[in-house]
Amino acid sequence: MHIVVCIKQVPDSAQIRVHPVTNTIMRQGVPTIINPFDLFAVEEALRLRDKFGGEVTVLTMGPPSAEDSLRKALTFGVDRAVLLTDRYFAGADTLATTYALATAIRKIGTTYGTPDLVFTGKQTIDGDTAQVGPGIAKRLGLLQLTYVGRIVSLDPEAHSIEVERRSEGGVQHLHSRLPCLITMLEATNEIRRGSVADALRAARAEIVKWNAQDAGVEDITKCGLKGSPTIVKKVFAPSPRAQKATFVEPSDQPPAEALIAEIFEGRPKLESKLAELARGF
Amino acid sequence: MIEERFDAIVVGAGMAGNAAALTMAKRGLKVLQIERGEYSGSKNVQGAILYSDMLEKLIPDFREDAPLERHLVEQRFWMMDDHSHVGLHYRSDDFNEERPNRYTIIRAQFDKWFSKKAREAGALVICETTVTELAKDTHGKVIGVHTDRAGGLVRADVVVLAEGVSGLLGTRAHLREIPKPANVALAVKEMHFLPSETIEARFNLKGDEGTVIEAVGTISHGMTGMGFIYSNKECISLGIGCLVSDFQKSGVTPYELIERFKRHPSVAPLIEGSEVKEYSAHLIPEGGYKAVPQLYGDGWVVVGDAAQLNNAIHREGSNLAMTSGRLAGEAIFQVKSRRDPMTAANLSLYKKMLDDSFVMKDLKKYKDMPQLLHIQSQNFFLTYPQLVSKAMENFVRVDGTPKAEKEKATLKSFVSKRSWSGLFGDALRFARAWR
Amino acid sequence: MSQLPKAPAPQAPSRAATKKELPKHLKAYKHIWVFIEQERGQVHPVSWELMGAGRALADKLKVDLAAVVVGPRWDATNQVIKESFCYGADLVYVVTDDVLADYRNEAYTKALTELVNTYKPEILLLGATTLGRDLAGSVATTLLTGLTADCTALDVDAEGSLAATRPTFGGSLLCTIFTLSYRPQMATVRPRVMAMPERVEREVGRVIEFPLGLVEDDIITKVLKFIPDRESSKSNLAYADVVVSGGLGLGSPENFQLIRQLAGVLGAEYGCSRPLVQKGWVPADRQIGQTGKTIRPRLYIAAGISGAIQHRVGVEGADLIVAINTDKNAPIFDFAHVGIVTDAVRLLPGLTEAFRKRLSPHARDRLAS
Ligand SMILES: Cc1cc2nc3c(=O)[nH]c(=O)nc-3n(C[C@H](O)[C@H](O)[C@H](O)COP(=O)(O)OP(=O)(O)OC[C@H]3O[C@@H](n4cnc5c(N)ncnc54)[C@H](O)[C@@H]3O)c2cc1C
Ligand SMILES: Cc1cc2nc3c(=O)[nH]c(=O)nc-3n(C[C@H](O)[C@H](O)[C@H](O)COP(=O)(O)OP(=O)(O)OC[C@H]3O[C@@H](n4cnc5c(N)ncnc54)[C@H](O)[C@@H]3O)c2cc1C
Ligand SMILES: Nc1ncnc2c1ncn2[C@@H]1O[C@H](COP(=O)(O)O)[C@@H](O)[C@H]1O
Repeated sequence: MHIVVCIKQVPDSAQIRVHPVTNTIMRQGVPTIINPFDLFAVEEALRLRDKFGGEVTVLTMGPPSAEDSLRKALTFGVDRAVLLTDRYFAGADTLATTYALATAIRKIGTTYGTPDLVFTGKQTIDGDTAQVGPGIAKRLGLLQLTYVGRIVSLDPEAHSIEVERRSEGGVQHLHSRLPCLITMLEATNEIRRGSVADALRAARAEIVKWNAQDAGVEDITKCGLKGSPTIVKKVFAPSPRAQKATFVEPSDQPPAEALIAEIFEGRPKLESKLAELARGF
Repeated sequence: MIEERFDAIVVGAGMAGNAAALTMAKRGLKVLQIERGEYSGSKNVQGAILYSDMLEKLIPDFREDAPLERHLVEQRFWMMDDHSHVGLHYRSDDFNEERPNRYTIIRAQFDKWFSKKAREAGALVICETTVTELAKDTHGKVIGVHTDRAGGLVRADVVVLAEGVSGLLGTRAHLREIPKPANVALAVKEMHFLPSETIEARFNLKGDEGTVIEAVGTISHGMTGMGFIYSNKECISLGIGCLVSDFQKSGVTPYELIERFKRHPSVAPLIEGSEVKEYSAHLIPEGGYKAVPQLYGDGWVVVGDAAQLNNAIHREGSNLAMTSGRLAGEAIFQVKSRRDPMTAANLSLYKKMLDDSFVMKDLKKYKDMPQLLHIQSQNFFLTYPQLVSKAMENFVRVDGTPKAEKEKATLKSFVSKRSWSGLFGDALRFARAWR
Repeated sequence: MSQLPKAPAPQAPSRAATKKELPKHLKAYKHIWVFIEQERGQVHPVSWELMGAGRALADKLKVDLAAVVVGPRWDATNQVIKESFCYGADLVYVVTDDVLADYRNEAYTKALTELVNTYKPEILLLGATTLGRDLAGSVATTLLTGLTADCTALDVDAEGSLAATRPTFGGSLLCTIFTLSYRPQMATVRPRVMAMPERVEREVGRVIEFPLGLVEDDIITKVLKFIPDRESSKSNLAYADVVVSGGLGLGSPENFQLIRQLAGVLGAEYGCSRPLVQKGWVPADRQIGQTGKTIRPRLYIAAGISGAIQHRVGVEGADLIVAINTDKNAPIFDFAHVGIVTDAVRLLPGLTEAFRKRLSPHARDRLAS
C-alpha cells in the first residue's frame, strides 16, 4: 500500500511577535514546527503501513527551509520525503496550493506508485482553513473523508474502507472506497518516537526536491500569487483591550465574596440571569 | 545495537560540540553528533557575544552567512548602586572595521547555523535524542553511548563530551565530580523585543553597530555577580548572574534579582515598552582554572562548559568552548591518523594543546580571581560601588562646598567603611589576581 | 501555504495593487446566499447567525438574501424552509432528495455547485463547521473561485466587493481578504462569531426548487449509521451563557473537579485549556481556543489559565471574563475584565459555596425587596 501524507511547516504560533509600531510580523527567532494537526495524519499512515505493509511518502510545499520538517518526519519512520519548492509557489492561497499539491501527488503516483490513500491534517495553524484537504481531493477526483476520528477497517484488496467521521451533532460511520483522501482529526493518536536507526536514516536521507517543472506543473499561472483568487488587502494586529483587568485586592472580606461582589458590581442583569440558570440545577 | 561504528561521537551541539564535530568532519572522520534539543541551539535561547577570532579558525568566511546581530563598537562598564551608576565607556569607530572583532548573536539561530556547517562538512547530526549513559568496556574504556531512543548502544572509538555545564554524563560515568555551588553561577536572562530603530536610538547606534553593558554593584545584593545588557538587531538581551552558593546563602531568588535590575533607573529606560519573549536560566561555570576537571581518559575527552572552561572575568565562554572543541577535534584526528588507539595517554595530546592555547593561559592568569571576588564579594559588589557613586556624586554635584572638603569627605567615607589596611589589602589582592 | 501569502504583512500592499476589473461573464453574478446547514432537521444556529450577517450585506448592496436548503423530502426540511424566511430570507433555493438525508460530500457538493452555476450568486456564505468546511472546500475548488475560511467579520467595500476579515497566525494577526475577479465570493464563518438575529414570524415566500439528479447507486460513500452525541456527555460549550474552565494551574485532574462543581452550581458548561486535553484530564470537546471551541458566554471564569494567544482567541467574545491566577503578570489579565491573584485550588470551593448562597432563591428575594 502506498500512502501520501501532506504536512506543512508552520511558524510556532505560540512564538509569533507583532512589531509594536508597524504591526508586521517579527519573524526573528520564531521557530517553525510541523503543523501539529498533521502529526496525527502521519502517525495514522505509519500504523496502516505497519499493518498492511507498503510505503509512506510525506509531501510538503514550502520554502527550502521546510526541509527541516521533512527530515523530522523521516525520524518518525516515514519512507520518503518530497519537498515542493519554487518561487512560483510563493503567496499561494488555498486554491493555488491544492493545484500545486495535487499536481505533485500525481507525479508521486507515476514515480513511486499510485497512492491508495492521501492524508492531510484537519487544518493548519497559520492558514487555518481546513480547505486544502478537500481541495486536493476534488482536484484528484478522490472521495473525501474529513474529520476522521477512527479508521474502523480497511481492505486493500477490496479497496474498501470504513471510518468514523466527526460531524457537528455526532459521529457518522461511513463506508467508502479506496483510493480516497482522509483529513485526520486531532487527538486521535500520538506520534511515535523513531528508533536510533530511524534517526540515523533520517539524518542521511536524500530529500526529493521538486520545482514546479519537476512536479509536472503545466500552467504556472495557476500557482502561487498568480493562481490565487483571494487577495490579502490588509494585515493588522487585533486592537488590544484598553485597560487591564480590575483586580480584586485582598480585603477584610473573604476573597470569594469580594470576587462575586466585583463580578455583579453594576451588572444586575447578569446576576438575575445566573440566578435563573442556577435554579435549573 | 547499531551495527555501524563511528570514529567519534560528539555529545551536544552547542559551541563546543559543533566546533569539535566540524573539525573532525572536515578532516574526514566519521562523526556522529547527538543533541538533546529539537535542533542545535533550541536549548540555548539566550543572546551572547561572539568572538570572531576563534570562529575564523574554524570557518574563516563565517561573516558571509552566519546569523550575526550587531558588531560591537562600544563597551560600557557600570558600577551601580540602587539609583545611580558610575560608568566607564569605551567606544571607537575603529570597531567599524572590515572584519569586526566581536558580534552579538542569538544562540538559537547561531547554533543552528553552526550545526549546519558541521553537517555540510559531513558530520551526521541527530537531534531530539538524549545521551543517557556512556558505555564502557570491562577495562572502563568508553566505547560508545546509550540514548533515550530505542535501538540501544551506538559505538565509537572516542566520545567527545560537549554536554554543557551540567556535565551530567561525565558525572554519572565518574569521569568528574559535580561542580561545586561556589564554582557555578546561575544566570537568568530575558529577551526584550523592540523595533531596531528604537534600539539604535536608545543605545545611540547606527546600522549594525552594537553595544554591550556589563554592570556590577548593589544589583547583586552583595553576591558575586554581574549584570549584562547586549543590543541585538530587534531585541535586547538582558540578564544577571550570581554564584549558586551565594544564592543559597542570601536566599534571594534569581527572579527578584533580574526584576530589580530591570527596575534600576539606569536600565528601565533602555527596555521601556519592550515585549519580553524568552526567560531563560542557565548555569555558567565560574570556578576558573582551579575547577577544571580531568579533561581526557580512555575513549573520551571533555570540552567547553562541561570542562568548566569559562572565563568569568571577561564573560567569555563560547570562545573557550569553540577553541577547546576545535583542539579536541584536532587531537583526535592526529591520534587517528597515526592509527593509534584512543587511550588516555594518546588523548593527553588534547590537554597539551589546550595548555599551549590562550584558553588555559587566560584561566591561569585569573586563577585566583574567582575566590577573591567570592571572599570579598561584600566589598567588591556592595561597599565599593556605593562608595564610588557617592564619591562621584560629591564630585559632580555643585552645592558650594569647597572641592578640598569634598575630596576629604570622599576619602573619609572610604576609610570609615573599610580600614586603611582593608583598602590596601583589597587593592593588592585585586592587582595580584589580575596580573 | 493555504490562506495567506508567505510573509503577509509586507506582501499585502503588492497584492492589494492587483485589483482587476471583474470579467464580463461574472457581472451576471448577483445576490447573497447563505447555506442553511441542517442535520436531520436540526438547523445549526450558525446558519441563522449568517442570515443576520447576510441581511446586513444584502441591504448595503441592495440585493436579495437567499437561503439554500438542501435535504431529504421530509417535513423537517419544509420547516427549515419556513424558518429561513423568519430569519430574513427574501427567497429560498431548495434541493430535496432522499439521498440527501445524511450529509455526504458527493451529493451535497453536486447540489450546491449546480445551484450556483445555474442561479449565480455573488456571495456565498457557509458556517465554518465540520459540514460547512467539508462542503465549501469541494465547492470552491470545483468552481475554481476564492474562499475565505473562518471569518470573524464580513463587510463590503466601496466597489461592492466582499471584505472578509479573519484571524491568522494563531489569532495574533487579522487580515482582510478579497476575491476580486472570481465569483461567487465564498466565505465560511465560525459559530458564535456573528450575533444571533431576531426571529420574526413570517409567511413562506418565494421558493425555487432544483433537482439533484442523483440516485443512491451514483453515490459511493454509504452512511452505515449515525450516532448522535449523548445529550449527557455532549458539551454545549459554544452556546453556553456561562462557562467555567480550568488550566494547568490546577495542578491535578482531581482539582479539576472543583471546576465541574462550580459549573454545576452555576448551571454552566465547563471547559479547559489544551494541555489538560493533551494530558487526558478532560475530553477533547471541552477544549477552548484556536484549536478548540470558540465561546461567547455572558460570563467566563478561567482558573489557572495563563491566557496564551491560542486560548485568548477562543474566549474574547465573552461579555465578562474573570481570571483567577497566582501570577499577577499572567497574560490573561491583559484581556480579562475582572482578575484575582490567588491560588485557584484554595479559592474555588469557597467561591462555589458563596455563589450557591448568593444565587439561592431567598437571597434573590432579598435582592428584589
Ligand atoms: C546567560 C549567559 C550568558 C552568556 N554570555 C556569554 C557571552 O556573552 N559570551 C560568551 O562567550 N559566552 C557566554 N556565555 C557562556 C556560553 O554560553 C557557554 O560558555 C557556551 O555556550 C558553552 O558551550 P558548550 O557547547 O560547552 O555548552 P552548551 O552551549 O550549553 O551546549 C551543550 C549542548 O549539549 C546538549 N546536551 C546536554 N546534555 C546532553 C545529552 N545528555 N545528550 C545530548 N545532548 C545534550 C544541550 O542541549 C546543549 O545544546 C553565557 C552563558 C550564559 C548562561
Ligand atoms: C498550534 C497550537 C494550538 C493551540 N491551541 C490551543 C487551544 O485551542 N486552546 C488552548 O487553551 N491552548 C492552545 N494551545 C496551547 C497554548 O499555547 C498554551 O500552551 C496553553 O493554552 C497553556 O495552557 P494553560 O494556561 O492551562 O497552562 P500554562 O500556560 O502553564 O498556565 C498555567 C497558569 O496557571 C497559573 N497557576 C499556577 N498555579 C496556580 C494556582 N494554584 N492557582 C491559580 N493559577 C495558577 C500560572 O501562573 C499560569 O499562568 C495551542 C498551542 C499551539 C502551539
Ligand atoms: N503547503 C502545504 N504543503 C503540504 N500540505 C499542506 C500545505 N498546506 C496545507 N496542507 C495540508 O492541508 C491541511 C489543511 O490545511 P489548511 O487548509 O491550511 O488548514 C494541513 O493539515 C496539511 O495537511
